[in-house]
Amino acid sequence: MTKEQRLKKRHAAEKRFRLYGLTSILVALVFVLILVNNIFSKGSSAFMKTVINVEVFFDPELIEIENGAPEENIREADFYDITIETLLKAYPAKNLDEENELIDLFTTDAEIEIKKAFLENNNLIGKKINLEITASDDIDQLHKGNYPRNLPEDRRRISNFQLKIYDNLLKNNKINKNFNNYFFNNGDSRDPELAGIGGALVGSFYSIIICLLLAFPVAVLASIYLEEFAPKNKITDFIEININNLAAVPSIVYGLLALQILLATIQLPRSTPLVAGITLALMTLPRIIIPCRASLKAVPPSIREGALAVGASKFQSVFHHVVPLSLPGTLSGTIIGLAQALGETAPLILIGMVAFVVDIPSTPIDPSSSLPVQVYLWSESAERGFVEKTSATIMMLLSFLIVMNFIAVYLRQKFEKRWN
Amino acid sequence: MNFVLIFLIVIFSSSLFFYGKSKTKSISIERNIKLNALPKFYGYYLVLWSSIPALVFLLVWSLFEPVIIKSIIIETAANQGAIFNDKNEANLIYEKIKAIHLGTYFGDIDTILKESAISYSKFLNIFTNSKIVLIFVTIIASVIFSLKKIKNNNKAREDVEKILKGLLFVSSLIAILTTLGIIFSLLFESIKFFSVINIFDYLFGTNWSPQRAFIRDASAITAAEYDELRDAFGFVPLIAGTSFIAFIAMFVAVPIGLFSGIYMAEYASSKIRRISKPIIEILAGIPTVVYGFFAALTVGPFFRQIGESIGLTVSSESALAAGLIMGIMIIPYISSLSDDVINSVPQSLRDGSYAVGATKSETIKQVVIPAALPGIIGSVLLAVSRAIGETMIVVMAAGLAANLTINPLESTTTITTQIVMILVGDQEFDSPKTQSAFALGLTLFVATLILNYIAQRAVKKYREKYD
Repeated sequence: MTKEQRLKKRHAAEKRFRLYGLTSILVALVFVLILVNNIFSKGSSAFMKTVINVEVFFDPELIEIENGAPEENIREADFYDITIETLLKAYPAKNLDEENELIDLFTTDAEIEIKKAFLENNNLIGKKINLEITASDDIDQLHKGNYPRNLPEDRRRISNFQLKIYDNLLKNNKINKNFNNYFFNNGDSRDPELAGIGGALVGSFYSIIICLLLAFPVAVLASIYLEEFAPKNKITDFIEININNLAAVPSIVYGLLALQILLATIQLPRSTPLVAGITLALMTLPRIIIPCRASLKAVPPSIREGALAVGASKFQSVFHHVVPLSLPGTLSGTIIGLAQALGETAPLILIGMVAFVVDIPSTPIDPSSSLPVQVYLWSESAERGFVEKTSATIMMLLSFLIVMNFIAVYLRQKFEKRWN
Repeated sequence: MNFVLIFLIVIFSSSLFFYGKSKTKSISIERNIKLNALPKFYGYYLVLWSSIPALVFLLVWSLFEPVIIKSIIIETAANQGAIFNDKNEANLIYEKIKAIHLGTYFGDIDTILKESAISYSKFLNIFTNSKIVLIFVTIIASVIFSLKKIKNNNKAREDVEKILKGLLFVSSLIAILTTLGIIFSLLFESIKFFSVINIFDYLFGTNWSPQRAFIRDASAITAAEYDELRDAFGFVPLIAGTSFIAFIAMFVAVPIGLFSGIYMAEYASSKIRRISKPIIEILAGIPTVVYGFFAALTVGPFFRQIGESIGLTVSSESALAAGLIMGIMIIPYISSLSDDVINSVPQSLRDGSYAVGATKSETIKQVVIPAALPGIIGSVLLAVSRAIGETMIVVMAAGLAANLTINPLESTTTITTQIVMILVGDQEFDSPKTQSAFALGLTLFVATLILNYIAQRAVKKYREKYD
């Protein structure tokens, strides 16, 4: 091999090596794109729901209330007959089977929707109105194009007759897409068209607030102690080792801790945001202490010495000068820690947040779900409608995380002082 | 109730601030002495003394009150003739009594339950009243004490700082308390588990099927039942599955992570670095449940389709899908740590290598990487510990049944999956099945602890070498 050939080979190796590096970065980037694209393409349709336009006639013979009846009477009144009558008018059905199939096109909450329309305008007896009733999950998925219609009938959830009705409704412009208010307002449900993340949102909110209230002050105080006051001795070393190890303990172990201490020993109520918040706080604490200490460390000693020189006590120098200067770093570290806590699932599953909760929790000691747990729960469901709901929940979760991370970066870049 | 008490304590002690401030002012005028601190510090001193003891007392009381009341009530119910065989039934009766007291119980109420409910509300009353009285006494005692100090013109600022410093120290102790809590809660149940199942049967058994452990009363099992039991809790398939999936993950993550770290540290212009680094770190910020969803609903079926088209049977919950996605999740942990590590290799080493004519890649391969090796190994070990502790991806995308296999297309299970499967839903307390989850947790905790310790030592040693 001549000198030139060897050099050529070495340069080729150089180029190859560089290419490996570039490829691996690209692989990672491409994966981010695939993941985000996959979630968005599956999930974005969940923000709309399919509605079917029907004509409701409030037949005085079918309702036992009069115009202007007090509200509680209406709430207790039976709208079942009216509902069935209304739904059956959407398409001529010949026999009982066909009638049932027709009714199955609408959500199981059709009665409630009609009642709600009646409540909004109290003197509809004897009148006809046009109302948009939420379609059932199957029709919803069909209308959004997520459901193949060219399968043989026995492998479809929608029968040929239902398809015929659907096509007829479509032709008459009776099917529309509306904003899916149920997705944001409702709790969990067995029916995908009624299931929403309202309960999970509130549950996550409570958990994170409790986590913040517990973890932030303790983390800040602990890091101030360790960074500014702690004497160099065995106890301090031990605390530091402990914190570093805790930050790396798998999150599921915190779930076991919560199960044994919070639920079995102290007997706090299961499945509640309170327990979730405490668990997440214990988990997040070391993860906040580490950036807090880093930002305290970044404040140059001259600040402390200046304060001490004009007669401040150690305490005054720390709390009047060092802590305010470290605040941007502290806050951004806290927000990033909270963002991690918001996406944490495993410990919450162990403390029973997988329970099926329909009601939206009103206090932190009501049973509830949380956003990531809702993702887990729905992803286990077989109905096709839940795939889209799960993806949409992930979209909500990811957007919260993005917003939190942006705030953290903004705080750091805008307010942090550079000292060199 | 507690919230009202806390509110009252806070209001009362904050109002003492103004009292302390004006009191010391008037003392200094009256006695014509110079105060040892600014008046506001006397206010703070009073606030701290009047609130902290009372709040700590309230906290401790509320932690123990329900437990004590429960044991008293169960005992009195037993004395009155209530029959229960184990802890679960006792709990049930206690819940019933509580529900009767709250008026939310609609079942049959017999005399025993009725009597117990009456004594429950009686005890509740006694406890609440004594709580209020004791808090009152605590506050008065601490206020009298601190007022006396103030009147003697103490060095209030120093005293306040001492109290606050104590508070800081206590906050930093919470980390130790958490560790102790983890160790005790894991050990407590694990010891119960290992008193039934021999630890060697656990560590070396090759069959894991905890659903067979239906025997509730662990204290009285026959030899045949024990044979059945010891065969149900074999740890080997779990550690095999866990390491297998972690291995696949590292197989994906180490090359990609390491090469991106190297590229980022050595080749990338600052502009590319500024854009690509945060994007790769997005991978670390995505919640693992999202990866799990993606692995279970997109990647798993995708692999199965490919397998079908080339005539392979691929389980839709294959170890490959879970491991691949876990590997992608781990990329940023390896890439940013190795990026840091490579960046801290001194420039002089590179310059020396260039001076003798090496190309950039030769320098990296033969000088920079060997120099950075301890740090890189540390970052890989940290990533391994993250992989074996990862839960959601494997719960959603790997299988549930423990089978000993090295075929990546079959389904395997992991330690974390089994913990979740055992503990999700209703648990029977005191059954070996429930306890086994804690034994698994303990194993996981110890394993990750050892890995982290070695990794942190390696990284720290390496840093010290070049700092």
